[in-house]
Parts: sequence; C-alpha cells; structure tokens
Amino acid sequence: MSYATQKLAEEKVFKDPVHRYIHVRDQVIWDLVNSKEFQRLRRIKQLGTSYLVFHGAEHSRFNHSLGVYEIVRRISDDVFHGRPEWDESERLTVLCAALLHDLGHGPFSHSFEKVFNVDHEEFTRAILTGDTEVNSILRKVSADFPAHVAEVIAKTYSNKQVVSLISSQIDADRMDYLQRDAYYTGVSYGHFDMERILRVMRPLDDQVVIKSSGMHAVEDYIMSRYQMYWQVYFHPVARSAEVILRKILQRAKELSESGYEFQQPPTHFLAFFDRSFTLADYLALDEGVLMTYFQLWINERDPILADLCDRFVNRRLFQYVDFDPGTDYKKLGELSALFKKAGIDPEYYLIDDSTSDLPYDFYRPGEEEERLPIQLLMPNGDIKELSRLSQIVDAISGKRRTDYKLYFPAELLIDGKKKAIKQQILEMLREGGI
Amino acid sequence: MLQEHARIVDFIATAEGVTGRKKLQKMVYIMKKLNVPFKEKYEFHIYGPYSEELTARIEELCDMGFLSEALEDKGSYVQYKYAVTDEGMEFRNAVAASIPKNPEAAALLNAKSARFLELASTLLYFGHLERGEQISKLHSVKGKLNFTEAEIEEAYRFLDELEQLKLS
Repeated sequence: MSYATQKLAEEKVFKDPVHRYIHVRDQVIWDLVNSKEFQRLRRIKQLGTSYLVFHGAEHSRFNHSLGVYEIVRRISDDVFHGRPEWDESERLTVLCAALLHDLGHGPFSHSFEKVFNVDHEEFTRAILTGDTEVNSILRKVSADFPAHVAEVIAKTYSNKQVVSLISSQIDADRMDYLQRDAYYTGVSYGHFDMERILRVMRPLDDQVVIKSSGMHAVEDYIMSRYQMYWQVYFHPVARSAEVILRKILQRAKELSESGYEFQQPPTHFLAFFDRSFTLADYLALDEGVLMTYFQLWINERDPILADLCDRFVNRRLFQYVDFDPGTDYKKLGELSALFKKAGIDPEYYLIDDSTSDLPYDFYRPGEEEERLPIQLLMPNGDIKELSRLSQIVDAISGKRRTDYKLYFPAELLIDGKKKAIKQQILEMLREGGI
Repeated sequence: MLQEHARIVDFIATAEGVTGRKKLQKMVYIMKKLNVPFKEKYEFHIYGPYSEELTARIEELCDMGFLSEALEDKGSYVQYKYAVTDEGMEFRNAVAASIPKNPEAAALLNAKSARFLELASTLLYFGHLERGEQISKLHSVKGKLNFTEAEIEEAYRFLDELEQLKLS
C-alpha cells in the first residue's frame, strides 16, 4: 500500500465542541497533525485580540484547522463520493489543503503582517514547499504533492471545485470559523444548519453549487456571516486592542532603528525590522513569545513602549469616537497639533481605523465582481445567483456600510499638566467637534 | 492619518479616472508589485490578483464623497467608472501632497484593456517562478481566455517598460 492511501490501524478521533468528533483515518493526515509546524498553530489564537472583549475566545488556529479538515472530509467522503462530476483522485489533496490552509499565520497575524509588510499566504507556501517537517511528509506522497497542496491554498490549482471547497463564498473555512467563533465568543448569532448545506452541495463544472431546495439554509448562513461581521469581528473594543498592538510593534521597530538600547532587546524581531528574516525566524514566533516581550517591555525606559505594553497586557484600552473622514479629516490635523502641544505623541495616541483595515468581508453578489457568487442549482438544471432569488440575501448583501473610529487614551487627557489644551481636545472629541 | 485612502485617491486622480473595477484592481496590483507602497493585501481570484481591502477602501472613498462611481451600461455587461470629486481633490491636496506621483505609469496602465492587465498581473503573480513555468501556470488558470504568444510577449514587454520607470 502506498503512503498516500495508507490507513491507521485504528481511527483516531478528536473531541470537538463544534463538530462533536473529528475523524482521522489517513496516515498522512495523522502525520501532518503531529508535525511541529502544525502543532505551532495551538499557540496562535483564531480571533487575535477578541479575547479581550469575549473572554471565551481563546480558541486557536489548531482547533479551526482541524474543523475545516473535518468539514471537507465529510463533503469528500459522504456528499461528493461517487458523483461523476467529482474527481475522487483529488481526495487527499483537498484534505491536506483543508488541514494546512492557515499554516502560515503568525502571532496576532493581521497586525504583525501590517507592521512588517509580510503575507501569511507566502509563509504558508514556504512551509509547504521549504525545508520543514510538513514538506517531508507531503513529499512522501509524491514529489509534486507539496506544490499541488500549495496551489489549492493559493487558489491557483487547476481543479476549481477543489479550490472552491477551501475558498469561496460558502466554503469549509467560513463554515467552520463562523460556528467556532460563535461557540467560543458565546454569542447567540453565528449558528446555521451546516448539515443541511452539506447535503445540498453539488460539484458542477468548475464550481460547487447549492441545490435550490437548500436556499433557506444558505440564507441563514449569510445572515450569520452578516451578524458575526458587525457584532464580533468589527467589535470596536477589540479593534482598540488591535490598534495598541500595532502601535507596540511599530514603536519597537522605530526604537530599534533609532539605536535605542533596550533593557530587553527585541531579539526575535530584529530580522523583521531589517527584513532579513528567514522561515525559521518566522516559525520561532508565536503569541506566547510576543506576550513575553510585552510583559517585559512594561519596564522599558521608553515611556511610550512601556505604556502601550501595559495597556495591552492589563487591558487599559483606548477610548473611541465615531467620526466621518469625509468632513472631519481637516479637524484631524488640528487635533493632531493639539495632541503635540499637550505633549502626547499623536502617531501613537491618536489613531483612525476603518472597516477596510480589517481582515473580514461580507457577501457581495452582483456584476463585475471578482469572486464567484453563491450559485443555486434549479430543478431544471439552470443556475441562478443567490441574491436574485432570495429577498433576505438581496436585502443585506452588497449594501455599503462603513464604520470609522478614532481611538485615543481618554485618561491621559484628564490628568496632569496642560489642562486647558487637553480640555480643548476633549471638547473636540466629545462634543461634536469631530 | 488616512494615508492609505489618500494614496488611492491620488492614484485615480493621476490616472484621470479609471473605468472598470477589474481594471482598477489590476492597475493597483501592478503598481504595488513595482514597488509603489500600496498596503492593500491581494489574493488570487477569478480574474487574477484581487484585493478585498481595495474593494472596501474604494467603497469607503465613495461613501466619504471623495470618489464618484458611475455605472455604465455596455449592453451585454456593465462597468463602474471611478473619478475623483472636487471634495476628493481637496482631500488629495491636503493629505496626499507628499505622495510621489507616477503619471507616466498611470497613463500606460490606463491605456490598456482589462483583459491585458489581467494577463500582465497574473504573470506578475507567478513572478517567483521561471518564465516557462509562469506561462504554463497562466494557461492552467486562464485556459478559457486563450492568451496568445504575441499577447504574452507584449505583456512581458509592457512590464519591462514599467519597470524602467523606477516607480516609488
């Protein structure tokens, strides 16, 4: 028996709060789960800073990756199995891609990528094709297997049905994280009938479509996505923590470049400051490492770095106000000047944040879109886009809704010297001046 | 503040407007790959490299009143035309003054069709591969578009021409 088809002597199961059990029979999958690069995902939270708002949201990318694998396993082994439109030889490729799709995520991924101008997808490809345990396992299947798995994750694989299962408007990735994030945050939205959706999924030509009889289950999924988007993913307090995190990394970089002598040198970050990093440097990072630095930097001599770290570790987050950049951008300049006069650096303490700064999206149907919309398979074989048939989806999708916030440290504006200037700032922020 | 929004407004103003969402996506991607510091994150989608962040930012700029979006009916399909409004020009002057302009590159990109830019941006997306592999991947992911050898050669020539401009 080849390694690609080798089965475990006994099925392994993981207990999982979302899918109840996650089943592993394939030796390849079991070996991948036990690789050090996959185990690293235990040390990276799925929802970044959201645990500072929803205290249950401590779940990791390890849990989520197993969940995505389980959904794809059920589609491949139960729903699509035996259907002539589905190529059974793709089974192991799609299972590996599902399991490994988030492998390149780093600690507090979104902020880290923004500050250091790196891309987790490139790291995913580097882990799959580079000198790693994961690569050596995949190569045992065949020499070109690591590249095939990487192509599925990068969405450049030739079989578009395989890509659609991992990455599309209704894919295993979204179906897992919506349910998982709802479970761990404890919110009551985010739930939908996944069993029903799986039962009505069909492989067809270059895509995966949904039988029209399953439209109401899909409506529920779109509603869940919409609710989670606004209630969890864009939560303004979690964004405040994200803003502070970004500023800590930015400050550490700036200090290092200016020759500042750290009491606790930023050893793990140096290669990212000067962009000389290797894959090994990246894999050496996790959220435990970053949190250790943040803890230690609370005692740094630089008051800004110390304060920002204290804020993040001890959850002393920035306050926020809504603002309209269309009319208020000029006042931002005035406000920034007042911050400087008050002795507060606006680069680190007056920060705008908008929906386009966040790594989540909602369903956009319609013309000239780059992403394939959700297609319904009608009883007569016709294909229709979901929002053309569903009034609920039409009502909530593709409609513009934006959200802008201005973050600042309220207590620094109340205490201490230069009270008159600070009072002026507070009036601008709170009394409709901005 | 609002620097990333300003960079997009500045680019569309420099290009004197852009017709087509797909075209705008590819123009920004190609500029980014040629070292213009756009921050929008790109992934591969149906028409090649695509940025959800750019889509969201364009929506925000329309919402702010800095960009206008007009729907043009082309018969069998529709296209969105983006232009910078008077308020957008004011915003650009106030916030984007220090952003380097690349008028020649913007004009060269804007003169090309969306199909051509899809080809050029897809080749750039596979830039980490050897040229032969790039072309083979192009045919694999864009088989239905039947790009000819002449078109591919022209795309490489075009990208070389842009690279000579040393964008920043």
